[in-house]
Amino acid sequence: MICQECHERPATFHFTKIINGEKTEVHICEKCAQEKSDVFIFNMNPGFSINNLLSGLLNMDSAISSQGQNVFKKNQVIQCEKCNMTFDQFTKIGKFGCSHCYKTFYHQITPILKRVHGGNTTHGGKVPKRTGGSIHLKKRLKMLKQELQELIAKEEFERAAQVRDEIRSIEAKINGRNERGV
Amino acid sequence: MSFQKFIRSAMSPWMNQEGPDSDIVLSSRVRLARNIENISFPTIMSNEEALAVLNTFEESFSQRVFDGLGTFVLLKMNELQPIQKRVLVEKHLISPYLMEESALGGCLLSENEEVSIMINEEDHIRIQCLFPGLQLKEALKMAMNLDDWIEEKVDYAFDEHRGYLTSCPTNVGTGLRASVMMHLPGLVLTQQINQIIPAINQLGLVVRGRYGEGSEAIGNIFQISNQITLGKSEDDIVDDLIGVVGQLIAQERAARDALYKTNPHHLEDRVYRSYGTLKYSRIIPSKEAIQCLSDVRLGIDLGIIQNVPRSVLNELMILIQPGFLQQYSGGVLRPNERDIRRATLIRERLQLERKQREDDEQ
Repeated sequence: MICQECHERPATFHFTKIINGEKTEVHICEKCAQEKSDVFIFNMNPGFSINNLLSGLLNMDSAISSQGQNVFKKNQVIQCEKCNMTFDQFTKIGKFGCSHCYKTFYHQITPILKRVHGGNTTHGGKVPKRTGGSIHLKKRLKMLKQELQELIAKEEFERAAQVRDEIRSIEAKINGRNERGV
Repeated sequence: MSFQKFIRSAMSPWMNQEGPDSDIVLSSRVRLARNIENISFPTIMSNEEALAVLNTFEESFSQRVFDGLGTFVLLKMNELQPIQKRVLVEKHLISPYLMEESALGGCLLSENEEVSIMINEEDHIRIQCLFPGLQLKEALKMAMNLDDWIEEKVDYAFDEHRGYLTSCPTNVGTGLRASVMMHLPGLVLTQQINQIIPAINQLGLVVRGRYGEGSEAIGNIFQISNQITLGKSEDDIVDDLIGVVGQLIAQERAARDALYKTNPHHLEDRVYRSYGTLKYSRIIPSKEAIQCLSDVRLGIDLGIIQNVPRSVLNELMILIQPGFLQQYSGGVLRPNERDIRRATLIRERLQLERKQREDDEQ
């Protein structure tokens, strides 16, 4: 089968598009598929590594944004001040240079994280014991506040009073940390 | 090296115990990715930085005892021979990436080889716990305890919103990859697997053939793992995986029963032909060996073959790989030499089993 785009090379990519119930079959060669990568990016052949796929996603983002009105953005180089990695480099290798890159490219990576992690962008798991700082306390506080509401609803006031005291003491600890700048 | 000693070296001590559902789930693995604050990720780090990380581990953790696991030993990649590294890869104790890419990498190994902590792989630290059978919760608990143990001496790169920061954004958040290795000949023979794999992929899990490229799975062994690491808690990630694995176990058992009931001769023929091939062949490529081992394993599970313990097959799966074959021969082997060597090894191993049984009977 010959590629329906260029009519030159053999078609190696075969797709079925269904839009509004209308079915169209597409048969194109690798080169034309690459040119149309915004449409076919998710249909890569097996054996394609996750990093390749990821940089595919990233390039797609830059392709879309450069088509927009903000042409000046395209020329603006974002670079990590700690490890000197540019966003361009990251899109090529699919890996960050250092932990600070997550801050440097914060806005650029949010849509990518969403896609890779089923829509999630915020951590919901373990917090390190020492380096976690006041995050543990904040988490505990959130839990206790919820518990307090439940206890009040159940009219278990004695227990509620204990929980309230604990909330106060944790709040004091968090404020103390903030004042010391921890 | 004696034959007995050689085959013992293939089995990590943890493999000798049988875990829950080990007729279908070969092993459970939990991996945590961690990095050290204020040091570049291994992708771009300098040799000085890499050495500093390695030294930290040597000073703080090598020869240190962890409750229940004994003493840890640090293996440095640049001090190992290529075949030694290959053997570690074939036992799943280090990744191919660490073997090939990381000259200043290391591996902190527990005595029973249940825990391996890779250093300077794609991330500075990768904690890996391996358990026999379906024991994901146990593996997670162990990994979490080790994580706390390491954090006593190391400052982790962590962000309140993004979680544990990793070199690749596909691991960020929990840094947790939980996986199981499953033997699913029933689902393959009944062709149900073709519908099951896409369904599992939609649940945010990944299914991969253990051997072979792409979707092809030689030996009917599949690895199932979580894709999403960000947004869910560690317990939820593991619970979701256990849920799916539980269903797969039930479906695989039903498929095996159905196959054996509807056509016992067909299945017995397949099992015994493969058993014969393993027992008598003189040249065997790895692809064929893996397929035959799968058939014989199924035969053991269904009670068709009764005098071969399952552990022999686990052992052979590891022994027949190129690294082990070459270590046994004491040098580099060409592919056709390996096929001859492999056939000999399998024959000898199965004979040894028979001899031991006869000795026991006397």
